[in-house]
Amino acid sequence: MSTSDTPDATSAKATSAKSTSAKATTSRPTSLPPAGRTPVAQRPHAGLGDRLRLWWDALARPTQWAIGVPFILLIAALPVIRPPLLTTVGTDFGSVMAQFGMVALIAIGLNVVVGQAGLLDLGYVGFYAIGAYTVALLTSPDSPWNLTDDWLSNDWAWLACLPVAIAVTAISGLILGSPTLRLRGDYLAIVTLGFGEIVRLLADNLDSVTGGGRGLSQVAYPRVGVSEEHPNGVFSAGNASGTLNAGVWWFWVSIVLIVIALLVVGNLERSRVGRAWVAIREDEDAAEIMGVPTFRFKLWAFVIGAAIGGISGALYAGQVQFVVPTNFNVINSMLFLCAVVLGGQGNKLGVIVGAFVVVYLPNFFLGRTEIFGIPIDGNEIANYKYLFFGLALVLLMIFRPQGLFPARQKLLTYGRELYVAARAAARKVSGAGDGSGRADAVPAVDVATEGDAR
Amino acid sequence: MALLEITDMSVAYGRIEALHGVSLTVEQGELVTLIGANGAGKTTTMRAVSGLRAPSRGSIVFDGKDITRMKPHLRVLEGIIQAPEGRGVFPGMTVTENLEMGCYARTFESKAQHDETLDHVFELFPRLAERRDQVGGTMSGGEQQMLAIGRALMARPRLLLLDEPSMGLAPMIIAQIFRIVSEINAQGTTVLLVEQNAQQALSRSHRAYVLETGNVVRSGPGRELLADPAVKDAYLGVA
Ligand SMILES: Nc1ncnc2c1ncn2[C@@H]1O[C@H](COP(=O)(O)OP(=O)(O)O)[C@@H](O)[C@H]1O
Ligand SMILES: [Mg+2]
Repeated sequence: MSTSDTPDATSAKATSAKSTSAKATTSRPTSLPPAGRTPVAQRPHAGLGDRLRLWWDALARPTQWAIGVPFILLIAALPVIRPPLLTTVGTDFGSVMAQFGMVALIAIGLNVVVGQAGLLDLGYVGFYAIGAYTVALLTSPDSPWNLTDDWLSNDWAWLACLPVAIAVTAISGLILGSPTLRLRGDYLAIVTLGFGEIVRLLADNLDSVTGGGRGLSQVAYPRVGVSEEHPNGVFSAGNASGTLNAGVWWFWVSIVLIVIALLVVGNLERSRVGRAWVAIREDEDAAEIMGVPTFRFKLWAFVIGAAIGGISGALYAGQVQFVVPTNFNVINSMLFLCAVVLGGQGNKLGVIVGAFVVVYLPNFFLGRTEIFGIPIDGNEIANYKYLFFGLALVLLMIFRPQGLFPARQKLLTYGRELYVAARAAARKVSGAGDGSGRADAVPAVDVATEGDAR
Repeated sequence: MALLEITDMSVAYGRIEALHGVSLTVEQGELVTLIGANGAGKTTTMRAVSGLRAPSRGSIVFDGKDITRMKPHLRVLEGIIQAPEGRGVFPGMTVTENLEMGCYARTFESKAQHDETLDHVFELFPRLAERRDQVGGTMSGGEQQMLAIGRALMARPRLLLLDEPSMGLAPMIIAQIFRIVSEINAQGTTVLLVEQNAQQALSRSHRAYVLETGNVVRSGPGRELLADPAVKDAYLGVA
C-alpha cells in the first residue's frame, strides 16, 4: 500500500496533522478517483488552456472585446490573405476553411455532449446527416417534399430551412436520448453508434424520398450578391474561382454561427446547467443524490448538442448543394470525436483548434510535392489520415490524456447564482409567500433558472 | 410521529432480492445505526431511502409524506441527503466546488446564510478550510470522507444518511469522524448511520438495528446491543 511513503514523509504528515500548520504536507493521493472516469484535471489551473483562461478572465470586458473582435476578423480574413505557408495546394483554401467552420461547429456541439456531460456519443454524425437532409429534402427538386416550387422562394429557402433543421435535429436528439440516456457508459456508446448507422442506412435505402445512393442535388443556398460575375450569387457552388469564392463566404457564415453557438454554450456552462453537467460527468450517482435531476440534464446536453450538429449539417447541405449518404459515414463520427479529444474535452475553444487540426492537416499535405525543399508525396500522406489521427490519439492518451488544451471549467459561484435567482424572482413577481421555511423558496428558483418545472 | 418510517420494504436487483421486508424508524433528533456484515443490505437500504433504488414492496414515509416513489432529487429538497459509500466526492472539483454541490438543490435564501453554513462546515472540518482549492480526487481517504460529510451538511439536512464513513480509514481518523458525527447529531441533525465498525457506532447511537442477509434481526438502544452476547459474537469480533 504505502510503498511510496518514506518513514520521514509519514512522520511529517502526522506532526502537521496535529499542529495545524499545513506547510510541508506534500499531499499524496492515497486514494485514486474511481476507475473508468477521467477527471478533467487533477490540479486546478495548471494546463495551457487554464493559463489562457485565467489571463482572459482577468481582462476587463472592453479589453476582451478589443482583443476578441480583431482576432475573429483576422481568422475570417485568413482565406482572403492566403498566407503562403498556410495556404493549401490540392484543395482551394477557401473551401478548406469552410469545411473547418463546419467541423468546428460540430466539435462545439459534440463537446457539450462528450466534454461537458460526459456522454460518449459515437453516432453524432447522425445529427449532422439529419440537419443536412432536412434542408435537402425541403429544397431539392429531386425530393418529394420540395417546397421551393410552390411557396418557398429559392432566394431565402436555405435560411428558412435552417430553423427547421435545428428543430428537427433537436427533436431527433430528444427521441434518441429519452430511452438511451437511461443507459450508462458503454451501452450508450453502442446505441449511439447504431443510431449513426441507422440514419445513414435510411438515407441510402429510402430511395423514393432521399434518392438513395444518388442523393439529392440542387439544394437551396442563400442567393445573395447576384451580379454579372456571379449570376447565382456568391454562395453558389458555381462561384468556385478567385479569392472571394463560395467557400470563403460559407466560412464567414459559419464564423457567425460559431460565435453565436459559443455565446449560448458559454452561458450554459456558467449556469446551474453547466454545474450539473460537470457533476454528472464526474459521478452520476453522487450528482443524483446531491439533488441534480441527472436524466433531465443529460437530455438537455443531448438535445443542445444535436441541434448544433444540425446547424452544421444545414451549412454543409447549403455549401455543397448536394447530399449523398456516403458523406455521413460513421468514420466521420470518429473524426469529430478526434477533434474534441485532441482539443481537450470540456474546453470549447480548444475543440475548435482540434477541428482545425483534423480538417486542415490532411488538406495541407494534399497535392503537396515538397515541403521546405524536401520532396514528399503529400497525397499519399493525406490518404493515411485515419492512421495518423489514430496514432495521434494513442500518443495523446499516453502522454496527455486531457487533450492539448485541458481546461478546468469555471463553475457557477454562489454569488452569481444568487444574483441569477434574485433576477428571476424579480421577474416572477409572484405572491411572496411566507418564505420562512428552508426549502419553500427553492422551487421558484428552480423553475426560473432551469426553465423546466417538474 | 417518526421522521423516517420504513415499513416492510423489499428491494431487488433484478431477480435477486437483497432486502426482504425491512422495517425501521428514525425519530427526529436521533442517531440511529444500522450494522451488519458485508452484503447484509445496508447500502441497499440507504440507496432506497435516497431514491437511487426503488423498493419492490413496502413504503418509505418521511415526515408524514410517502416518498416511496419520489425521484431522488426531490427527496433532497425534502431534506434527505446522503454521504454515499465510497464517499462519491467529485474528483475534478475543488473542495469549495464540491461543497457548493451540496447545496445545489437546496439553495440558500441569502449569501449570509450560505457563508454561515460554509463557516460551520469549515469549523467542523478545519482540514477542508486549509485545502479549499485542492481538487477532490487528490485528497486522502480521510479528507475525502470529511468532504463528503461536509458537502452533505451544506444542504442543511433534516436527515443525514452516512454510509460507512469509517471505511478504509486509519483508526485515528475513524475516531475523529465518529466524534464529528456525534457532534453533528448533538447540534440537532437526525442521522442514519451505516457501519461495520460496530463498537464505535453502537456506543454513540441512540438506537441501532442489526441487518442480516436482508432482514432486521435485532434492534434496540445502542448500548444494549453492545452488551448483547449474540451481537458481541458476530460483530464485535471478540479478539
Ligand atoms: N448493483 C447490484 N446488482 C446486483 N446485486 C447487488 C448490487 N448491489 C448489491 N447487490 C447485492 O445485494 C446485497 C446487499 O448488498 P449491499 O446493500 O451493498 O450490502 P452492504 O452494504 O450491507 O455490504 C448483496 O448480496 C449484494 O451482492
Ligand atoms: Mg455497503
